[in-house]
Amino acid sequence: MKNWIIVGATSAIAEATARVWAARGYKLFLVARNSDKLAIVKNDLEVRGAQQVGVFTMDANDIPNHQIMLDQAEAELGSVDGVLIAHGTLPDQVQCQNSVEKTLNELNTNAISIISLLTDVANRFEKQSKGDIAVISSVAGDRGRQSNYVYGTAKAAVSTFLQGLRNRLAKHGVHVLTIKPGFVDTPMTAEFDKGGPLWATPEKIAEGIVMSVDKQRNIVYLPWFWWGIMNIIRHIPEFIFKKLSL
Amino acid sequence: MASKYISWGRYPHKEQEGIEFGWRTDPLPRQTNILPQGNARSYGDSCMNHKGLVVSTRHLNRFISFDPASGIIRCEAGVLFSQILDLVEPQGWFLPVTPGTKFVTIAGALANDVHGKNHHFAGTFGNHVNCFEVMRTDGERLLCSPTQNEGLFNATIGGLGLTGFITWVELRLKRIANSAISVETIKYPNLDEFFQLSEASDSRFEYTVAWIDCLAGGGSLGRGHFMRGNHATPTQAKPVGPKRALNVPFDPPLSLINKLSLKAFNQLYYHRQLRRSSIDVVNYEPFFYPLDSIGNWNRIYGPKGFLQYQFVAPMDTSLDVVSEALKLIAKNNAGSFLAVLKVFGDIKSPGLLSFPRPGATLALDFPYQANKTFSLFRQLDELVYQAKGAIYPAKDAHMKADHFTSYFPNLEQFKLHKDPGITSSFWQRVTGVQN
Repeated sequence: MKNWIIVGATSAIAEATARVWAARGYKLFLVARNSDKLAIVKNDLEVRGAQQVGVFTMDANDIPNHQIMLDQAEAELGSVDGVLIAHGTLPDQVQCQNSVEKTLNELNTNAISIISLLTDVANRFEKQSKGDIAVISSVAGDRGRQSNYVYGTAKAAVSTFLQGLRNRLAKHGVHVLTIKPGFVDTPMTAEFDKGGPLWATPEKIAEGIVMSVDKQRNIVYLPWFWWGIMNIIRHIPEFIFKKLSL
Repeated sequence: MASKYISWGRYPHKEQEGIEFGWRTDPLPRQTNILPQGNARSYGDSCMNHKGLVVSTRHLNRFISFDPASGIIRCEAGVLFSQILDLVEPQGWFLPVTPGTKFVTIAGALANDVHGKNHHFAGTFGNHVNCFEVMRTDGERLLCSPTQNEGLFNATIGGLGLTGFITWVELRLKRIANSAISVETIKYPNLDEFFQLSEASDSRFEYTVAWIDCLAGGGSLGRGHFMRGNHATPTQAKPVGPKRALNVPFDPPLSLINKLSLKAFNQLYYHRQLRRSSIDVVNYEPFFYPLDSIGNWNRIYGPKGFLQYQFVAPMDTSLDVVSEALKLIAKNNAGSFLAVLKVFGDIKSPGLLSFPRPGATLALDFPYQANKTFSLFRQLDELVYQAKGAIYPAKDAHMKADHFTSYFPNLEQFKLHKDPGITSSFWQRVTGVQN
């Protein structure tokens, strides 16, 4: 039995992951923007067997609220064994190109808010000398591409931050997992045609997350074949890459 | 987007646009001509809306409440039977009625008023529903139960999704001491014996069904295996379920079901059991869901897909009608992989368009072979129509408007409750109107 905080708990991948943990009888503390949706998810996880489900309504960009949220989670859960950070948005690249404000907002949501949260969480976990940090980054952070480099930049920042954190916290018994999903069939990707073998369900990704936490993996591509795809994409020489329409 | 909203039989051969409905507190899209869709396990076009949009509930799959003391469960529309079983079976509860696949949604089961091997004992799915919420396309949300909005309650059970968007359903589960089934399989030589076995078994066995060898003719017409079972006693050991599921990973270019493979399969299947009768305790999964262990089994029919034909014929003529149907199928050189025969009981469903009624029901599937298939279907239709039987909309992609009217005498009453913003390819076909 473990106690997890889930930030972005109403996102499809987080919800699917929480269901697996609920069935194991974990205690969960859910954080998201919309209190109606939080109540719906809480209900579901209780039916599925979660021992206790707490909720906290917060916009991840409301940075001063992070400490308050973490304090309340600690108070409700008793002790915190893990934090899953799963919130995010998939910005429209063209809109970002035409708006500095939009670009900065997206970087705030997808990078800055996560880095702020992780800074707090890391210090708390370092002090207790244990804990799992699992963060949903993306394959998009592995190389900048014209079709979504604002999102990619944010995810690259998160991935690099996590590498450093892992290096720092490994000697303190704190485990850091970087999760890099490929295409996932969720409301976030509603604008896409989702045919084809590259698309995975949130349940499939959740299975991978739970297993990676159990096995204390460091960096995982989900599903696994994205490791191969991204390896190729990363190794295309820049003078060729810049001419591709990716 | 292309293929994920296509029905299970993959016929009609048309694309389908769709969107996902994520939260039960959300409003419906502001658009008319929509159709709610569950897991698209209906075979034909009753879950399709080719000229409009389907609104899929597959992400609307959360539990709302479950009381392990009373067995009352309330879940969102898109919760699958498989998910309900995973939750409740270990706690001593079971689905009161289940069709032959557990990959149907709870709202889909309601909208098709599904039946199972225990129809003679438990009626249809709709007989076990306490209440549900329907959201109409004008935004109104209505709680429906036998005492509240009763008309809409009756219209929505078996209403093919046409009365509004079902957001959640509350169901009474069945208490069990053991989920395993003690099943007796009897190899019987002809149709007469099927009806005798059925009559002798239905009062003593909760679950009865027969697989028939639809290629056997003459004195062996209708021969097959009659399966009758009850839940095992609490002390009987529970066999483990299927381990790793098989999957059909891609479309074969042609149907793998043809005359040769059918003949071989039916022969082997009939003779796989040498003794007349055998008794086993089996896991509930292979008993109720033999095909669920093969993922995407519909692909074996190739890219053109297949059609199901399921009819019911009233009890007094059912022996004749089923014999005639089997002869017609043989004469047309068609045949079915899995032909299933069962006698329905007389428990009445509240559903206005509910399909099950007293009589014998035969279900068969046929690879799509254009006119060859439809010419056979027309002959079967005539037979069913003359016998005052009915065809099951959830399996259908071809029945004619005048037949539909005759099969469902409550149609006019149903129309009073239909949501004007909802339509389906099926509805347009059987009524000749756009919405």
